[in-house]
Amino acid sequence: MKIHQPTTINQQPKYLKLSGLEPLVITPESNFINVGERTNVAGSKMFLRLIKERNFEAALAVARDQVENGAQIIDINMDDGLIDGKEAMVKFLNLVIAEPDISRVPIMIDSSKWEIIEAGLQVVQGKCVVNSISLKEGEAEFIHHAKLIKRYGAAVIVMAFDETGQADNYDRRIEIAKRSYDILVNKVKFAPEDIIFDLNIFPVATGMDEHRKNAIDFIEATRWVRENLPHVSVSGGVSNVSFSFRGNDPVREAMHSVFLYHAIQAGMNMGIVNPSMLEVYDNIPKDLLERVEDVMFDRREDATERLLDFAETVKGSAKESKIDLSWREESLQNRITRALVKGIDEFILEDIEEARQAANKPIEVIEGNLMIGMNVVGDLFGSGKMFLPQVVKSARVMKKAVAYLLPFIEEEKLKNPQITDSKNAGKILMATVKGDVHDIGKNIVGVVLACNNYEIIDLGVMVPPEKIIATAKEENVDAIGLSGLITPSLDEMVFLAKEMQRQNFKVPLLIGGATTSRAHTAVKIDPEYECAVVHINDASRAVTVVGDLLKKETSTSYKENIKQEYDTFRKDFLKRQKVKTYLPISEARKNKFQIDWKTSEIVKPNQLGVHILKVFDLNLLLDYLDWTPFFRSWELHGRYPNILTDKVVGEQASELFKDAQQMLDKIISEKLLEARAVFGIFEANSVNDDIIIQNSEFGIQNFFRTLRQQSQKAKGKPNIALADFIAPKETGIQDYVGCFCVSAGFGTAELAAKYVADHDDYNAIMVKALADRLAEAFAEYLHKEVRTNYWGYASEEILSNEELISEKYKGIRPAPGYPACPDHLEKRTIWEVLNVNENIGVELTDSLAMWPAASVSGYYFANPEARYFGLGKIKEDQIEDFATRKNMNLDEATNWLKTNLAD
Amino acid sequence: MNKIQQALQNRILILDGAMGTMLQRYKFSEEDFRGERFKDFHKSVQGNNDLLSITQPQAIAEIHSKYFAAGADIVETNTFSSTTIAMADYDMKDLVYELNYESAKIAKKVAEEFTAKEPHKPRFVAGAMGPTNKTASMSPDVNDPGFRAISFEELRVAYKQQAEALIDGGVDLLLVETIFDTLNAKAALFAIDEIKEERNLDIPIMISGTITDASGRTLSGQTAEAFLISISHIPLLSVGFNCALGAKQLTPHLEVIANRTNLAVSAYPNAGLPNAFGEYDESPTQMASQVKEYLDKQLVNIIGGCCGTTPEHIKAIAEIAFQYKPRPVFQSENLAV
Repeated sequence: MKIHQPTTINQQPKYLKLSGLEPLVITPESNFINVGERTNVAGSKMFLRLIKERNFEAALAVARDQVENGAQIIDINMDDGLIDGKEAMVKFLNLVIAEPDISRVPIMIDSSKWEIIEAGLQVVQGKCVVNSISLKEGEAEFIHHAKLIKRYGAAVIVMAFDETGQADNYDRRIEIAKRSYDILVNKVKFAPEDIIFDLNIFPVATGMDEHRKNAIDFIEATRWVRENLPHVSVSGGVSNVSFSFRGNDPVREAMHSVFLYHAIQAGMNMGIVNPSMLEVYDNIPKDLLERVEDVMFDRREDATERLLDFAETVKGSAKESKIDLSWREESLQNRITRALVKGIDEFILEDIEEARQAANKPIEVIEGNLMIGMNVVGDLFGSGKMFLPQVVKSARVMKKAVAYLLPFIEEEKLKNPQITDSKNAGKILMATVKGDVHDIGKNIVGVVLACNNYEIIDLGVMVPPEKIIATAKEENVDAIGLSGLITPSLDEMVFLAKEMQRQNFKVPLLIGGATTSRAHTAVKIDPEYECAVVHINDASRAVTVVGDLLKKETSTSYKENIKQEYDTFRKDFLKRQKVKTYLPISEARKNKFQIDWKTSEIVKPNQLGVHILKVFDLNLLLDYLDWTPFFRSWELHGRYPNILTDKVVGEQASELFKDAQQMLDKIISEKLLEARAVFGIFEANSVNDDIIIQNSEFGIQNFFRTLRQQSQKAKGKPNIALADFIAPKETGIQDYVGCFCVSAGFGTAELAAKYVADHDDYNAIMVKALADRLAEAFAEYLHKEVRTNYWGYASEEILSNEELISEKYKGIRPAPGYPACPDHLEKRTIWEVLNVNENIGVELTDSLAMWPAASVSGYYFANPEARYFGLGKIKEDQIEDFATRKNMNLDEATNWLKTNLAD
Repeated sequence: MNKIQQALQNRILILDGAMGTMLQRYKFSEEDFRGERFKDFHKSVQGNNDLLSITQPQAIAEIHSKYFAAGADIVETNTFSSTTIAMADYDMKDLVYELNYESAKIAKKVAEEFTAKEPHKPRFVAGAMGPTNKTASMSPDVNDPGFRAISFEELRVAYKQQAEALIDGGVDLLLVETIFDTLNAKAALFAIDEIKEERNLDIPIMISGTITDASGRTLSGQTAEAFLISISHIPLLSVGFNCALGAKQLTPHLEVIANRTNLAVSAYPNAGLPNAFGEYDESPTQMASQVKEYLDKQLVNIIGGCCGTTPEHIKAIAEIAFQYKPRPVFQSENLAV
């Protein structure tokens, strides 16, 4: 009996598998793999010059260009007597690796010097190809290098070359290939699929008899190698074959095509081919084809002469082809597609005009040319190859094109009134709900959906439910999308769902925005509405979801599934809810956060009372900007500044950042936005959970009513309320509290509207996102001024921007709506205390959102022990107590605090 | 075929859970970290968990023991950061050999005790080789994308030293883990391959990468499949993913790997995604129910836990994995009677 003898023989087929950031698997079904060779100092004079001048930026552009033009592997070679090849290889590779749009493809490290190859292998994470090794210097060195290549994890090109020289006929080619293969596979245990043979492509039609069989020998040797040496690949540099016809491109192009046509059939599966030097095989004129094939196959004694003679006749007709074909010379559709994909609006109007003239009706340009391009954009975005800012730029080009066409379409309609509007994929109503003013995310989703041929009816912000319902009916929309950022908006959404149910709506409801969640949607909104309700958390998902919802084939099943999914989610969620114990509010108060007021540091503010800042210089805020959330609002995730070099989104992030900087410069230099602030510092003491503030100037008393954590805490852990950070009245110690409202939003709406009117959603969204950042920066700036100056309790502090962002300062500035004080009602008190409305013009909406949207308000607590915390859930008894304290009826109080109420 | 390969034929192997999460329970102070030996050390050492193998060896042994008792077949040595590169911050480069050697000894001793008690279920020790705190294919300097803070050669030397000490200490296999930059891992593989040749030794290697976010890529930008291709040149026992994501988010990436390799596949995810407080709060039952999906889809051969997982998680996972057959790894027609 034999023991179990399993082997680790891979059941996966033995394919050549390479990798950059992405895989490249070469299977028998793969098309010919094209290796880009312009990043080769031996082959490109321009590249050599760039490396010599150490112009690596431009050298990178050459690499990028190759990948963009379809190279699936890039060959990099630095072998030149006048450059330090090893240093240049490492330097250039390191830069290439930092460019995800280049390094997504595998790299071919090309050198005749082993030390350069090894240095290259040490800096590339993906599986490379080494180009090349051979038996030229004998077996020992061949084995040594092959072993190391294996250990570094690369594939290898083996030249048909041995101790006696280069293989130049059929027999020598197969002899060297066989010997190399046997050594590699049997002695080195090199994976056979990682071996690529370069069987030497030599010129034909040189006039010398010994060159007559160069092409056919290569082709036949290729066939033998592929049949007899399992799993290997065959490669080569194609342009060599036509070397003797330099200067006659039509003949060279035909020769390349004919050679490749036959070599590929024989098994050549990769190589270096200049795509602009290639004629389509079927397009080669019959007489030229015959003569070229005679040469390739050595079919006639006078084959070379005949081709030479013929070449004279086609020389003059050589088509003008520059190696660096600019995209502007491509077909109209390619130009339009490229303009959309790359977001270039420079030439779009002239291209659209050309398309319009070619079309029967102007609408065809939208339905044809533009939609073809936008579908490419949609596919790239859907597969993660484009990022949001790019798509928004694409949309800008699209909108400009459509705006140009509209007058023509209208004219056409007048002429032929019977034609109807263009078919779109569906009509979507979008709105930020009543009381809420935040719309960046909603606008992005709108733009992305519009890119995918949906008609968007955007009702803007603070849209009352009646208007949403009425418009939805009037326009007969296919779906309704609701957005909101502040917590009261959640209830608005529930209300709308109920209302839609009551009025027997049948269209899907989409929910999005920062405070929304799958949990809230499933638990609170979904049960209120019989038709589908879907929570969408990012723009890229919006397209698929809306597609699934509206497409006939998928609609019913998708709706059923999503209903089912939310139902399951809801049941699980409710089951999972931990049973928490809560203390009566009176008990919770006894377990308050203790500060030893006898020793606690209380600093008397330098300047009590209310202060106003207007006509504020935005330059002062630049150092306080926190960019990370800015990128997040564009769905680019990662921390600033690392995000700028991120492998996946780095390039987009850098571009977005550049655009943001430009916009910021413009905003500041042209004073397009205005920032204002009002803040005050007052004498204060706490009584239970209230903070009593004395505005001694006017002799007025106000109360901040704070809420207290009520869940049962672990032993030794307090039940905190913000009031705990202020000295209680009974201590007799005078304490202080501050509050503020800042805004950087004056002018935002107008400026954004201007961009929208110019079909430029990209910059419209940009303005709003920047205004938000400026407002946050203003809050940060002002807090620092208060700490070090107006109040002065931390006059010594020196903190970097990073430390500010990570809240390393003393004291806190919580805002109504924060976890410590989720109750937005307190904003009204702040408005009253600071007279915000009159002083700086920031208003509160019904749902207590601030307008302009780019505003921040909150309290200042200076005590060193003050800290941020989460209130958690509270019980009815505290809400009753709160209502009494606020002199408000219970229903109203409950309504505002509903989301905090423990079930 | 060695014992671990044999065991892989027969069942799904269970890897242990988090070391750090368990160590937090001890609430070791600076003094505890220092112990007697480092009481006058010139730098703070609190947080240098690997050092505890020297100063608090009984705690490390106890944690290994808990994981074995919970059903783990393999525990990882407490050596995630025991390279000269990662120890540089603590000025403890000179301790690297000892840290790895002692950690291996501790784990091996516990493993042997369990194997003696339950000979039908031999226990194994994996020498953990973390990613270090430097990356070979990314620049830490935004303004100089061509800059690298560490070279392949430096990584190779550091990994070689770690692997040799782990092997000397008696580990049964090596685990190159939490790979966020494939080039670092390739340096580790290079070093291990050298040792195998020099010592004429065939020690199994597990490889475990980290998909950092929803983009489905490693930190250094590779897709799961590109990662697999980039590390497949050295004979491996298994390939898989750990950390960064919870079990649920890891599923699609495991599918990519499982469909494209005949190697054993490993997974040891975090206990869910971190909540708003940075804590991992997926319960053992929740995690086990996610793991069930792996098993139903036949995605894994080795399964365990990373950040936030505890012996309770491992127990729940082991109980469910026990009911399943392992994903087929080896070619079956060569099995003869």
